[in-house]
Amino acid sequence: MGCDAAGVARAVRAAAELVTAHRDELVRLDQAIGDADHGENLKRGFGFVLAALDQSTPDTPGAVLKLVATTLISKVGGAAGPLYGTAFLRAATAVGAASELTPDLVSVALQAALDGVVARGKAEVGDKTMVDALTPAVEAARGSTVAEVLTAAAAAAEAGAESTIPLTARKGRASYLGERSAGHLDPGARSTSLMLRAFAEAAS
Amino acid sequence: MKKIINDPADVVVEALRGLAAAHPDLLRVTEDPAVVARADAPRAGKVAIVSGGGSGHEPLHGGFVGPGMLDAACPGAVFTSPTPDQVQAAVSQVDGGAGVLLLVKNYTGDVLNFETAAELAAADGVEVRSVVIDDDVAVQDSLYTAGRRGVGATVLVEKIVGAAAEAGADLDTCARLARAVVAGARSMGIALTAPTVPHVGEPSFTLGEDEMEVGIGIHGEPGRRREPLPGAEGVVAALLEPILSDLPFAAGDEVLLFTNSMGGTPLLELYLAHGIAERVLAERGITVTRRLVGPYITSLEMQGMSLTLLRLDDELTRLWDAPVQTAALRWGR
Repeated sequence: MGCDAAGVARAVRAAAELVTAHRDELVRLDQAIGDADHGENLKRGFGFVLAALDQSTPDTPGAVLKLVATTLISKVGGAAGPLYGTAFLRAATAVGAASELTPDLVSVALQAALDGVVARGKAEVGDKTMVDALTPAVEAARGSTVAEVLTAAAAAAEAGAESTIPLTARKGRASYLGERSAGHLDPGARSTSLMLRAFAEAAS
Repeated sequence: MKKIINDPADVVVEALRGLAAAHPDLLRVTEDPAVVARADAPRAGKVAIVSGGGSGHEPLHGGFVGPGMLDAACPGAVFTSPTPDQVQAAVSQVDGGAGVLLLVKNYTGDVLNFETAAELAAADGVEVRSVVIDDDVAVQDSLYTAGRRGVGATVLVEKIVGAAAEAGADLDTCARLARAVVAGARSMGIALTAPTVPHVGEPSFTLGEDEMEVGIGIHGEPGRRREPLPGAEGVVAALLEPILSDLPFAAGDEVLLFTNSMGGTPLLELYLAHGIAERVLAERGITVTRRLVGPYITSLEMQGMSLTLLRLDDELTRLWDAPVQTAALRWGR
């Protein structure tokens, strides 16, 4: 695919569809160790993202990412709204006014997204959060095409999400459970891996 | 799931319309973004007190909007913190020029969204302070968790700070009082059943007929541990002991005892438990001088209860006794 504004908008739409299709799974994961709202909130938030993309067509990849960010921040609430909103906002800033995303820019944007999530949420690897999916994704995000970069990132994010299962949560609502949070896949790590998978497939 | 609802997606907004219809003398509701504000806001020269959080904890927070308590509340989706837009809209509706105090329960989402809102409001030139409420002793090790949750003390902070603001206290004083209440209050809760979130449609967890979940929050998240359900004496002991040893409360203390239903526990049982708690505290030499008993910070239809103890001094007692006119708390004139 082309990685111009239209291509990035298509990738965002693909992420919205995949997250929405997994709404029930994310609710179930959150029900086990949180408050059962993650799937519903992301479905709601990405519904507003789709509506925003239908209304206006930003003319750069960065503007598309910024529209996603502001929509998620203003419409979702919870922890997911500001955290994913910050991730998309930092990615938007990182790609600047570029008219097309290069493999390097995608790597830089993912790193910026991770830095933003860590700055806002103060989580580290091993805390059983979306950082456990996003950190390995950033480390793996290398390749000669955008598709290669995102495919590597998505695979690493999926492995990273799986790695949260035995962990005891130290951030977010699951941390209130203490050791009882172990044995469950973290819903935020799962939704991060879903979004990266959707981006990778859209780019391929 | 059996609930008196239409589309689960419309539960919050439809409930807000009902709240507005029930209390036109006290409050007004805007829907997009959702804000419950005092009918007579903004009050020129008065510090505005704004709180908010996920819905499903009624009467918190909308039921506490009115003279002597909150100027505005921002209701999020069920169990989901409000967005920065909502908080910013609330601030602009009620700012009377003397500053705005945001009362925030300590949950990751609430803190992040209120933090962002505070930055936005400050950029608009509004003087904003935030106080985070974290009174739940069930969460022990704050280095390895998101920190203690804001639970029962929230009601007490909103009442006491609301009274101070109504009496003309400035923003610094309101913030100091909020921190003083948080510092002197501790809470603990148990559940007998789980709540059913409307958009989920099934209980958040399942408990055996003979089990209780100890150390629950207010969002249907499981607690710290599961135990056989003892009699009422055992339940009250499981709640009081960790509260008393945490602050710690000591003989000679004067306290407010807040016995709260999580929504599904009837007043018959709640008063029974309250009576036991009063007796146990008296035996410890702790004097209960003020009480609040009822469903004030709930978790949908969850059966269960929480106890909150607040150490009182003359200033806090006077502010607790001051008049309040809200949907859920009314006394004095």
